[in-house]
Amino acid sequence: MGTLPEPFAAWFAGRGWTPRPHQLALLRAGQAGESALLVAPTGGGKTLAGFLPSLVDLARNPRPGLHTLYISPLKALAVDIARNLMAPVEEMGLPIRIETRTGDTPQNRRARQRADPPNLLLTTPESLALMLSQPEATEVFAGLGAVIVDEIHALAGSKRGDQLALALARLGRLAPAARRVGLSATVAWPEPLRAFLSPTGDPEGVRLVQVRGGAPPELSITLPEGRLPWGGHMGLASMPEVYRRIREARVTIVFVNTRAQAELCFQALWRLNDDALAIALHHGSLTVEQRRKVEAAMAAGKLRAVVATASLDLGIDWGDVDQVIQVGAPKGVARLLQRVGRANHRMDEPSRAVLVPANRFEVIECTAALEAVRHEELDGDPPRPGGLDVLAQHVLAMACHAPFHPDDLYEEVRRAAPYAALSRRDFDDVLGFVENGGYALRVYERFRKLFRDAEGLVHVRDQHVARQLRMNLGTIVETPLVKVRLRGGPVLGEVEEWFISTLVAGDCFIFAGQTLRFEALDGVSAVVSRGGEGEPRVPAYAGSRMPLSTWLAARVREIINEPRKWRLLPAAVQDWLKLQRKQSMLPPKDGLLIETFPRGGRWFLVAYCFEGRLAHQTLGMLVTKRMERAGFGPLGYLATDYVLATWSAFEPTEVDRLFEEDILGEELEDWMAESSMLRRTFRNIATIAGLLEKNHPGQEKRPRQMTMNADLIYDVLRKHEPDHILLRATRQEAAGGLTDVARIGLLLARARGRIIHRPLSRVSPLAVPALIEEGREWVAGGAEDALLAEAEALVDEVTGGAELFSGLLADVTEGVRIRPRDVDKPRHRERPRRNRFIRSAPKSLGQA
Amino acid sequence: MSAAPIHLGGERLMLDPAGVLHWPARHTLVVADLHLEKGSAFAAAGRFLPPYDTRETLSRLALLLRRWKPARIIALGDSFHDRHGASRLPPTELEALHRMLSGIEMLWVLGNHDPEPPEGLPGQAAEEVRDGPLVFRHQARPPASRFSALAGGEVSGHFHPKATMPTRVGGITRPCFVADGRRLVLPAFGAYTGGLDARDPAIAGLFPRGARLFLLGRERLFSMTAAPTGQPALTGTAPG
Repeated sequence: MGTLPEPFAAWFAGRGWTPRPHQLALLRAGQAGESALLVAPTGGGKTLAGFLPSLVDLARNPRPGLHTLYISPLKALAVDIARNLMAPVEEMGLPIRIETRTGDTPQNRRARQRADPPNLLLTTPESLALMLSQPEATEVFAGLGAVIVDEIHALAGSKRGDQLALALARLGRLAPAARRVGLSATVAWPEPLRAFLSPTGDPEGVRLVQVRGGAPPELSITLPEGRLPWGGHMGLASMPEVYRRIREARVTIVFVNTRAQAELCFQALWRLNDDALAIALHHGSLTVEQRRKVEAAMAAGKLRAVVATASLDLGIDWGDVDQVIQVGAPKGVARLLQRVGRANHRMDEPSRAVLVPANRFEVIECTAALEAVRHEELDGDPPRPGGLDVLAQHVLAMACHAPFHPDDLYEEVRRAAPYAALSRRDFDDVLGFVENGGYALRVYERFRKLFRDAEGLVHVRDQHVARQLRMNLGTIVETPLVKVRLRGGPVLGEVEEWFISTLVAGDCFIFAGQTLRFEALDGVSAVVSRGGEGEPRVPAYAGSRMPLSTWLAARVREIINEPRKWRLLPAAVQDWLKLQRKQSMLPPKDGLLIETFPRGGRWFLVAYCFEGRLAHQTLGMLVTKRMERAGFGPLGYLATDYVLATWSAFEPTEVDRLFEEDILGEELEDWMAESSMLRRTFRNIATIAGLLEKNHPGQEKRPRQMTMNADLIYDVLRKHEPDHILLRATRQEAAGGLTDVARIGLLLARARGRIIHRPLSRVSPLAVPALIEEGREWVAGGAEDALLAEAEALVDEVTGGAELFSGLLADVTEGVRIRPRDVDKPRHRERPRRNRFIRSAPKSLGQA
Repeated sequence: MSAAPIHLGGERLMLDPAGVLHWPARHTLVVADLHLEKGSAFAAAGRFLPPYDTRETLSRLALLLRRWKPARIIALGDSFHDRHGASRLPPTELEALHRMLSGIEMLWVLGNHDPEPPEGLPGQAAEEVRDGPLVFRHQARPPASRFSALAGGEVSGHFHPKATMPTRVGGITRPCFVADGRRLVLPAFGAYTGGLDARDPAIAGLFPRGARLFLLGRERLFSMTAAPTGQPALTGTAPG
């Protein structure tokens, strides 16, 4: 056990604090020049632990220049931490300069930071990548002593993490002596994080400091009074109970899973808010000022509750929160614990949290999550290889910094853990792509962005290329957004452009906690007024739903399979399972239950696989392909965390043939290539890699600007150069992220000879939630033309088949006016359903 | 493949599901917005789009030449993505174009992207082409007043119209022809050409009394009606 040097010891003592063991451990590691990963629950004084060695060193040897670089996934967190650090530094009178550098930092301060960097610089991965692309980076970072990566668990494994890992590898070259500190919430597998942090990509180089949690959290489940909902993820039926709990606690955070859910819950709570409690809303689509205002009110103790999405998952310390309510299933144990940790930021007192499942399956899922917490079992994803699109961006950024030799850069990049296994071929192809597109048809030579000198060094062509790169830096691909502005008033936030395009004047929708009436689109913003008639809609956002960890899905299956465990479940859920046992059967432990039944003019097939949504997505593609061949006319499918449901024009028979193992072999790739998922993946990859221009939020579109349609590029590229690096990157990402082929293989092998087909006359109890689920995938291919023909015939019925190519059309067009809401759809051609993103507000909201 | 007949200015025209127009009486094939060399135009600006768009567009066009065996082709402008597009044609594509057009009368209507005649290519260039009751131009001309009707018929491109047809599983979006008895707007033919919703005021305003839309399918067209205008503007940017 060590002690703190002065003036730190006195400062700690002055506040009645004693240094925690992990703070001292990090100090020792720092003084020995060792890198370290600190894994501790929220509220453990983690951030101070990370900075302590740097502060001590600078107090002992004051010197100018950049000493410590701190990287946070959130701009707001960086700003907040900087403010928190100022206090001790000023109180101890330390000669340390602290500054932040984010996208919001004004140009003149950035320039000054380049010429005269502060001692501690707090920034984000994107801003770091930008700094590293500048020629001055060599001087700025040369004297760097330490790099601190906060919330490292939230970065590793994502594309932002890939970008950061590459930046760290570059820092390893610019400042080889800099030690690294990682700060992480409790995770199941710290090894990949150690590797991520390590200067060599080898976890052994990083000392692990783990803090066991203090008191175990107190968790409970609460159900709505009255009927337990069958489906839906909003949890509105439970709002009276949530409100009651808010009233009884001092300060509550109500966590929800999506922004749409946040809006609806917030409105529902305010309808109940007879006591006029201060309840606020916080999510990522609100304006920054609005979010800051809420955070400040929270910190000042002026709020009783805030309804928040993942926008409050990380970082900022609220101090006084004494209750966390999670509405909707938590989707993962680690994530749940992190949210729970937001309450009662003291390690020696238990955090208190309530889970509010929104439907029956979620009740089981919440029960499973509680069991897992009780057994201290965490879930986590294995590391995945780094994205080649991110690498393309990095390669160009490095060329903008200074000329490099490809051999050296290849070696450097492989010291980043996500790229440790990068092949030289992939690296060279990425470099080729950045140079001139890397196409077999070498027609872009004269437009090349990079050129090589006689010594083989790669240079960037000119400053235009560098400017374009800096505009496009970053790995977050935004969908086009439209500002929402009150007539004659302020901007309330942003919604996705396609949602606005489905509105006609007079339509109303819920946003920023109020019901708004759409008036008109003016340039870049949607002009709205308060109030409005009719059922409001709720803007939702693509990709905002977290998938259930497959590990938690397995626990759900276990509970359903074990009637003895049902006593953990509320009566309504027990009855539901009993009803299923009676009307169909329970999904067996080994083997696979498949139900088929007719409904609404289509045939449904529901397979109870319990392999998680991602695996079901892939399985859905394969099964519908075989259905097409068998002549069942598949129209679409839907993957939930628990089941796969397909619907088709004709009754599926001999269903065990649909789930034979050989579906994995045949034309898997062809089929995947046609899928809407691969198209979405390609769009993101092409944007990050610099092929497509990034959407800059709020940026005014120049008139006549043509946006490139990623689908068209994808089709042309696939036809003419199927092995192009961008297509390889797309397939690699799809294979890692969405298509867990091995998992499906195991499922099918387990089910072989044990597929139980139940033809039913109507939907079974367990299948109901799937049928009212959103998130449908569309079967591409022949069915689309068939559907168009059918729709056309329907219209012809309405118009009596009148074909008027000359003369007046008005008399027939009146009856078949196309209402925009009939054709709600996201911009992707392959995903034409409205259900996925828009829901009408439930009736109950209006009546509450 | 089945083409759909329509009548415009008293002339019988065939709409091909590939997005082109055939005029049997004049052995004429009409094609809009090829945007050749769009890929290289983007490459010059630092975005290396796959350089196969011209090849792709021409091979689709070659197929249609075999199908209709026209004596004349009218390209309705924006045949090249920019005014230097023709000079950037790779040798193989240039040769293919010469081969395709041999023995065919080629009329290049000028567009806003290609306001000058393409250099080194066969054919004549013109601001617009008049033939019998029909006029062919790049961009449709709105009526001078709501009472003045077009004499004859007008065929144009420029807007890249597309439309969404509601079906029982949601909307399906395709490029489309937009027509009433006097006016016909063709979909864009080029491989990298996106689209503008036919409900956009820029297009719908040309059809104040409503229009019929013909969505492109693999083998045939799918028709639906577009309401008379008077709807509010939703999205405002016309493609160039």
